[in-house]
Amino acid sequence: MSVPMSNRNKGNSTAPLLEFQAVTKVYGMGLAEMKALRGVDLSVNEGEFVAVMGPSGSGKSTCMNILGCLDIPTDGNYLFKGVETGTLSRDQRALLRRQYLGFIFQGYNLLGRTSAVENVELPLLYRRTPAHRRRELAMEALRTVGLDGLEKHSPAELSGGQQQRVAIARAIVTKPSLLLADEPTGNLDTERSLEIMDLLASFNRDLGITIVMVTHERDMAAYAGRIIKFKDGLVASDDNSGRNA
Amino acid sequence: MYLQTLLIALSEIRRNAMRSFLTILGIIIGVSAVIIMSTIGQGATAKVTADIAKLGSNMLSIRTGQRGPGRSSEVARPLELSDVEAIERDIENLEAVAPMSSTGLTVVYGNVNWATSIIGTTDKYLDVRDWEIDSGRAFTQSEMRTGKMVCIMGGTVRKELFGGQDPVNEKIRLGRQSCKVVGVLKSKGLSSFGSDQDDIVMIPLQAFQRRISGNRDIGRIYLSVNEGASTDTAREEISRLLRERRKIRPKDADDFSVFDMKEVSDTMAGTTEVLTTLLSAVAAVSLLVGGIGIMNIMLVSVTERTREIGVRLAIGAREYEVLMQFLVEAVVLSTLGGIIGILFGVSSSFGLTKLLKIPFVLDPFMIAIAFIFSTAIGVIFGFFPARKAARLNPIDALRHE
Repeated sequence: MSVPMSNRNKGNSTAPLLEFQAVTKVYGMGLAEMKALRGVDLSVNEGEFVAVMGPSGSGKSTCMNILGCLDIPTDGNYLFKGVETGTLSRDQRALLRRQYLGFIFQGYNLLGRTSAVENVELPLLYRRTPAHRRRELAMEALRTVGLDGLEKHSPAELSGGQQQRVAIARAIVTKPSLLLADEPTGNLDTERSLEIMDLLASFNRDLGITIVMVTHERDMAAYAGRIIKFKDGLVASDDNSGRNA
Repeated sequence: MYLQTLLIALSEIRRNAMRSFLTILGIIIGVSAVIIMSTIGQGATAKVTADIAKLGSNMLSIRTGQRGPGRSSEVARPLELSDVEAIERDIENLEAVAPMSSTGLTVVYGNVNWATSIIGTTDKYLDVRDWEIDSGRAFTQSEMRTGKMVCIMGGTVRKELFGGQDPVNEKIRLGRQSCKVVGVLKSKGLSSFGSDQDDIVMIPLQAFQRRISGNRDIGRIYLSVNEGASTDTAREEISRLLRERRKIRPKDADDFSVFDMKEVSDTMAGTTEVLTTLLSAVAAVSLLVGGIGIMNIMLVSVTERTREIGVRLAIGAREYEVLMQFLVEAVVLSTLGGIIGILFGVSSSFGLTKLLKIPFVLDPFMIAIAFIFSTAIGVIFGFFPARKAARLNPIDALRHE
């Protein structure tokens, strides 16, 4: 199976990287029906650093799931690099994630009893990168997040901040077009949080990786060039005046 | 790709070494039980067959009367030396024919007594039974013709009466008769019916009839058929000849019986084979239970690793790849169990056959079956948990506590 849009993105270089066209998402049916998104229009260009905020139940998680191709809209279109994703099969979406996306979670989600470098190698394993190249890239990614020398340690032997760095290394080792971070600093103290944010900002600035990050904290959102606030399944505000703008 | 999946599976197994071992314990026990049962069963069959071959596998024996209910009330006419002569003259393809009568008697040497069987026969008996002289000699023609009191003794009698001493040319007493020992038989050991074949004393038939039994009856006739000739044909011809000689009317049943040792051997080998099959079947059930154990652990493992599966799906693992990962893990586990089970089963059945003094017969077919079966169990019982893992929704899986 080929990656769906590899030969199409050239002709659409001016189009936004991500585009929501009247996206609705409905969970459940009948009386239990719950509208998580009620027709969201949104577009994110390549190289942007976007913070997504909003109270729980506002639809920001649903939005992230759709952006990450983990879920598909009930109605409306989600275009990734100009390609409609709603019609892709489950496996095609998996290939899209493999090729273009990186994920960072609040709870790190590292594989236990597995060394840091092996955790970072995981996405490369699915990309069929040859073993020696895999180790090389993983070591390089760990160096980038400032963990050289700790590559043999398992998650249990690392602090929370270090674990999140391993998770970030895992997300960027494939050099993704889009990095999706779901409250990446939610489990960390302020000092560690700021370190992580500096790291993310540097990836955005130096490597040109587009980042969409969910956060509750204003301080963290301040790192982003654009802050989108969700409320009741709709975009309540879209502030483009951040420091990177 | 397959190598990759295999490596992932191996690292997963290593990550959970203790649990992996417990998982495959069922398979190990199942496979080794199948191998032990079949190896010991086949060893026992080989032993029984060899024991009966020791009796002489091309051997027939004739005696009067019929076995079975309602037949013993009539006393059948005994066999006579003339029957032996008629068989020797009329039946083709016979290697040797030996008349034999026996009785229990106490033999005495010095002040040692030993109760044993006295057999009156000819030197042909040794040919029929495929028996060799260990020391001394067989009967001479004149000793047999004149019925001289000379004897050849079995190993057990020799040990009981003489200890380590050489009995040849010594005089012993059979009941009240004095008798010179001329030879000692090679040991044959226990028969497959459990009797000691070496606990006998052989004397010439003439001597037995005149000095011990006091009549001219013959208890049994043993005969061996030439190599390659059919024992069935010989048996039929003997039956026909004896019916004629004993004037049995066509509608009456035989008042004698002819045994074919091969039949006895087949029956006994058949019995042990049935037992082997039965025991192996029981062992195979434990293999099945081992497979269910694998499924159980794999299901637990899928639940336990739900978040991990979520991560794998999020970073781009396809359904098929997750399925393969878990399936390969199950197959590697069960195959590993199969290999350990084979090693354990072969080594313990080797030890057990030595202990039970039966031949160690390794059946490569059985090992191949056990191996293939254990791998198949991995595929069958691994598939369901693997599919469950592959079909997880990545969002739910990532949220799983």
